[in-house]
Amino acid sequence: MAPDWRYINIMPAIIEIKNLKKKFGDFTAVNGISFGVEEGTITGLLGPNGAGKTTTIQMILDIITPTSGDINIFGMNMKHDRAKILSRMNFSSPYVAMPSNLRVWENLYTFSRLYGVKDYKNKINEVATFFGVESMLAKMTSELSTGQLTRMNLTKALLNDPKLLLLDEPTASLDPDIADKTRVILKRIQKEKGVTILYTSHNMEEVEEICDRVIFLQNGNIKNEGTPAELVKEYGHKDLNDVFLAIARENTNN
Amino acid sequence: MWGRIEGILIRNLYLYKRSIPRILDVFFWPSLDLILWGFLSLYLQEFDMSGLNIVTILLGAIIFWELLSQSQRAISITFLEEVWERNFLNIFVTPISMNEFLGATALVGLVRIGLVSILMSILAFLLYHFNFFIFGFLLIPFVINLLISGWVLGIFVIGLILRYGTSAQVLAFGLIAIIQPFTAVFYPVSALPEWAQVIAHAIPTTYVFEGMRAVLTNGNIPPMDLVLAFVLNILYLGLVFLFFRAMFGKVKKMGRLLKLD
Repeated sequence: MAPDWRYINIMPAIIEIKNLKKKFGDFTAVNGISFGVEEGTITGLLGPNGAGKTTTIQMILDIITPTSGDINIFGMNMKHDRAKILSRMNFSSPYVAMPSNLRVWENLYTFSRLYGVKDYKNKINEVATFFGVESMLAKMTSELSTGQLTRMNLTKALLNDPKLLLLDEPTASLDPDIADKTRVILKRIQKEKGVTILYTSHNMEEVEEICDRVIFLQNGNIKNEGTPAELVKEYGHKDLNDVFLAIARENTNN
Repeated sequence: MWGRIEGILIRNLYLYKRSIPRILDVFFWPSLDLILWGFLSLYLQEFDMSGLNIVTILLGAIIFWELLSQSQRAISITFLEEVWERNFLNIFVTPISMNEFLGATALVGLVRIGLVSILMSILAFLLYHFNFFIFGFLLIPFVINLLISGWVLGIFVIGLILRYGTSAQVLAFGLIAIIQPFTAVFYPVSALPEWAQVIAHAIPTTYVFEGMRAVLTNGNIPPMDLVLAFVLNILYLGLVFLFFRAMFGKVKKMGRLLKLD
């Protein structure tokens, strides 16, 4: 059931982005965007390649320094409260490897220390059971399949009981079965643990299924935002995939 | 904070546990150096050296050099491990700060130095009856200086790798060789030409090797060597830290932190 946005809009924003800008020399990757992500929602950050999604995510993660603008997460500023903010959030991407020469348990243990997880043995077992990876804990990470790696990454991402998860194309390179299971798991995380998720994907069917709200970026600007249903209606297309194509090609046609 | 430092330390200890190249780096190459230089010094001992105990001097030098080298490589390679494994993003989206990461790599260096010291001391005693510990605590201040010098060189190397990408990773293995001729590892500073002596006196490890030779030959610590080594090390540690912070800030601005390859 779609959330009631009259209610959602008065929920506290977990992420508040104000006039965020990133220039690389003469090239403007992100052009002064502002948006918020409300607590307990799954928000899709969408756009064609080069739209500014990855740069935005990496600025939120403090991997790239913004040229200007503010990033507030949990009401704190990333410039001043980096450690406090990062200890309450997590990140997962199939494009970021976990050390292949460690066992799964060793990797999870390392990250539980990095996140300051207190009862790490129980936490690793609890989250591994949640994702059905408990039988893989003794395996070398290099022996895992792509699907298993994705689940291991998601296990790592939940070790610190994050209130905010940033997921970069979490189902990319997964077969339809594993991708579907991953989506089910993400919905469970949102529902059972109340985790707020900021999500990037190129799979619009998936976005339509999982996201409460989407933000379309194009050439570093926010082109449009709203619920998937609102955008489909606004553009008069049959689904979000067609909306994506319409937005992505607007620029090409101009 | 300690939990985060411990996390990086443990991650590296897991790596060493099952990696033959890393075990070789800590145990095999230092042993090989010790054997090579030990036999050379035994051979040279047959010549008239005016009462100079060449075995003691050369074995002391090679052990100290290895400690410096291990301290530097521990920092540079611990950093490169994360780049090679494409694990950089996972590490730096945790609450760990760059200072804590550097602290952890310094601890990895301490562990490596501890292992190498024990190994080389045992080998030197068994093969050449050279007891490194006969001088007790006299050599410890010099070993501490070697550790700090290794950190300075290691942090400098990773600053360069941050700035210039992994094409600069060869420095992780080669930079230390550049200072070797000037830092009077196997011979006194006075053996160098005057222009090289100027360079030698600006390098803290020069005073460490000079001091080590004094301790090994007459059992006394030359206080001025020790003071100069500490002062230069602290100065360079401060400078290299500023250099590293500048490089780290620059790559974050350039968006190249995850594109080091």
